[in-house]
Amino acid sequence: MKVVIMGCGRVGARLARALDADGHAVTIVDNDAYSFRRLAFSPELPEFKGKALMGNGIDQEVLRRAGIEEADAFFALTQGDNRNIMACQIAKRIFEVARVICRIYDPLRQELYNTLGLEAISPTTIITQILKEKLEN
Amino acid sequence: MYIIIVGGGRVGYYLTKTLLDEGHEVLIVEKEANICEAINNEMGSICIQGDGCEAATLVAVGTERADMLVAVTGEDPDNLVACQVAKHKFSVPRTVARIRNPGNEVLFKKLGIDVTVSGTKVILELIEEDVPTHPLTHLLAIEDSGEEIVEIKIPPKADAIGKSPRQIEIPKGSRLVLVIRGGSKNRIPTINTIFREGDRIIAITTPESEEELRATLTGV
Repeated sequence: MKVVIMGCGRVGARLARALDADGHAVTIVDNDAYSFRRLAFSPELPEFKGKALMGNGIDQEVLRRAGIEEADAFFALTQGDNRNIMACQIAKRIFEVARVICRIYDPLRQELYNTLGLEAISPTTIITQILKEKLEN
Repeated sequence: MYIIIVGGGRVGYYLTKTLLDEGHEVLIVEKEANICEAINNEMGSICIQGDGCEAATLVAVGTERADMLVAVTGEDPDNLVACQVAKHKFSVPRTVARIRNPGNEVLFKKLGIDVTVSGTKVILELIEEDVPTHPLTHLLAIEDSGEEIVEIKIPPKADAIGKSPRQIEIPKGSRLVLVIRGGSKNRIPTINTIFREGDRIIAITTPESEEELRATLTGV
């Protein structure tokens, strides 16, 4: 599959490397070139063979250069909830990407956008749940 | 009207001042404490510190009874989300977003934002109006349908000259509604109309097909 990832933080970089290792064609976009250092090493994964592109992921021109028009999936994983939400809506409504997944830290915003048809995941909710279960078991 | 302004920067500040003078009830939501304090010192307690995209803040400022929410922060994503939350969670009847990148206008409209205002675009339009040779001028946006009325001037040597509307490719979503020709009566284009150099064509179009329509009528 062709995958575009916005945001090369810990999660973005790790996902990019894991999908790349599985044989997917990955392009990762970040507006800070320094963040691409995270793609460089990771003892348990092979070398990243995908593409790293510097640019703002909420700019439609940058997304086009990242190959979003042919992409099968798009992930928005920057630190900014609103940036992720906007990028995902661009991917879905302008470029009609089949699978669009959005990280939203704020659980209320995640709920709202889920009802608006965005596949949104809130790490806040998930981790809270896990921690709570740890204590209860 | 009760109007909520998200973003207390320059745009939000002057907007609030004017709206208060006109007798509206106005409340500003601003993230930065010092900006909030400055506004409250000057205009009375009308600025709440908070994130205008967060439901908790919007509950606190009584968004459910707001007639309008205007998002004028400097960040397009923040303005988009503030308007969407207001619209879908609080059923605010009218949402207005400021946009920095004019390329975002189509997206915001598609996502249900009622009005978008782009400083960049306003300046571009003023330049278009000032320079009469510019081939396309925006005259009016029809909000309900998302269409716009434009004027396109047929330049010398354009391919369309000497042709009728049937002989040119008018893009889907565009309609020609009037031909303004110096020295004769304005007319509604028919299949017998023949375009001439200098004709000013008034057309209804969509933001998506505007560029194609311009190319059809002005291309050489």
